Amino acid sequence: MTETKKVKYLIIGNSAGGIGATEAIREVDKAGAITMVSDEPYPTYSRPLISEYLSEGHPLDRMRFRPAGFYENHNIRIKLGSKVERLDAETHTVRLDDGETIIWDRLLLATGGSPITPRVNGINLRGVFTFTTLDDAKAIEKYLKQFRNKRVKAVVIGGGLIGVSVTEALVKRGLPVTLVEMKERILNTILDEDASVIVEEKLAQFGVKVITGHSVAEVNGDTAGDDHLDSVTLDNGKRIRCELVIVAIGVSPRTGLAVDAGLKVNRGAVVDRRMATSCPDIFACGDMAEAYDFILGENRTTPVWPNAYLGGRIAGFNMADVPAEYPGGTSLNSLKYFGLAVVSAGIVTQPHNGYEILYERRDTVYRKVILKDGFLMGLVFVGDIEKSGIVFNLMKDRVNVDGFKSALVADDFGLISLPEEIWQPLLKIPPTLTTSPPTPMKKLETGISGE
Amino acid sequence: MKRIYVKEEVCIGCHLCEVYCQRQHSQSKDLIKAFKRELPRPLPRLRMEEKGAVSFTVRCQHCDDSPCAFACLTSAITREPESGRINVNDDRCIGCWTCVLVCPLGAIRQDTHRGMIAKCHLCQGEEMPVCVANCPNEALAYA
Repeated sequence: MTETKKVKYLIIGNSAGGIGATEAIREVDKAGAITMVSDEPYPTYSRPLISEYLSEGHPLDRMRFRPAGFYENHNIRIKLGSKVERLDAETHTVRLDDGETIIWDRLLLATGGSPITPRVNGINLRGVFTFTTLDDAKAIEKYLKQFRNKRVKAVVIGGGLIGVSVTEALVKRGLPVTLVEMKERILNTILDEDASVIVEEKLAQFGVKVITGHSVAEVNGDTAGDDHLDSVTLDNGKRIRCELVIVAIGVSPRTGLAVDAGLKVNRGAVVDRRMATSCPDIFACGDMAEAYDFILGENRTTPVWPNAYLGGRIAGFNMADVPAEYPGGTSLNSLKYFGLAVVSAGIVTQPHNGYEILYERRDTVYRKVILKDGFLMGLVFVGDIEKSGIVFNLMKDRVNVDGFKSALVADDFGLISLPEEIWQPLLKIPPTLTTSPPTPMKKLETGISGE
Repeated sequence: MKRIYVKEEVCIGCHLCEVYCQRQHSQSKDLIKAFKRELPRPLPRLRMEEKGAVSFTVRCQHCDDSPCAFACLTSAITREPESGRINVNDDRCIGCWTCVLVCPLGAIRQDTHRGMIAKCHLCQGEEMPVCVANCPNEALAYA
């Protein structure tokens, strides 16, 4: 059966970006018809929580990114478990796999990313999983159950954010884990060397075997034919026995629809500061979009949740013809592995000379900032992160920090380390709220003794 | 919406705001016990900053653009539409500290004992936030 529906707003994707857009639209347009389409069968959920789900059975209800009734309350038609088969920019139509055709005025692509799988023998064997969706986590859960009390050994391929997260989840479930990272150190794209080493030591403390500088060349099935994995073979010929393999070597932007529609796509779909693609009625955000990065001063993909939400929000306003500009996002990561807090943002390793690096290190407390011409370009904080937000915002607001830069990594750093004109507007009563003249000094004297 | 503002020119860094905040978030609600004996130590939702003769406290200002709420991975941080206050749902917070990294004031505390954030909620249920009410020098304003 084929149907044709007409909507003002069509949102493809039901995660951070899609939700950000619908919430913005509903702030300024209560009535315009919204349809959301997702190929996942679940109402919007917090994707990062799949680690908690796998490690401790985090209840599904608490994984909801928005409360039950969200779609009804926002007057959104939601199509779950539905795939877009074709996007036509010219005729403003989308065809779904159930035959439905949707004609839209404005479209948002918020399709996220898909995990990359290496081309090695055995990668399609049962027992090999990726880890980006709730269904992935459920599939691993189901697979592990069949082993009952037998001790399952796991190999995680890839030491990035997802690889280390899934490693922690598996360790918490009691599985021995070997983490294989092709480059010389784990988390190499989001941390500098010092911070990588601190995290690696933390993992080792919890029994994780970390192998760097090697890749998995082959995944081997069990010759006994009981449909289990036997081992993986590394590029140096070394064999590691395991019954579970998680592939986490990276995620690539899901730009298939954007490409088919003839939009401008580099690594991700290129968007302007309004989050509009090269087609003015199609917007894009999140992991699949290449949006403005305020550190680089150019577009790039920054596949992190907060940028997806904010990008979606900006797209939503513009889709509803309320002009809004994306302030820009940059790489932004907050990690917490086995209780160790690590945050990073912007550029974490010096790309070439001409950058200035300031840092403080005491055991596992580490603070580092990277500067160029007096402006912050990046930060890495480990252990003591509570005031990292102040530094992040100085970086985001492009404040020249030359005059107080050494304070940024000091133990006693705080707002008070900054010039008055920076912290005063954040904390002092705004003039608009002070109707009476400033408190006369006389009154003070009765308030406190000690002259 | 009403917020707490600092008048640093009359703050002498006595830390009483911190102590009363700590009591407010204690089990015992007793000043001495809360400050000296309770374990885990109650976490004040504000931070005293001092440098020479200058001092002031920093706490959540319930920003209009609420970067913490937009960055929250689990929808633990939300804005209450009526009051404008930024609330934390302890049931949802997993202590990922993403909000900590985007807070321009560094005002979000890490309650590592509970594995979640803690921040000023303007003493919900009290007529006046306890830090403001107990500042001997009127160095805090609730306006």
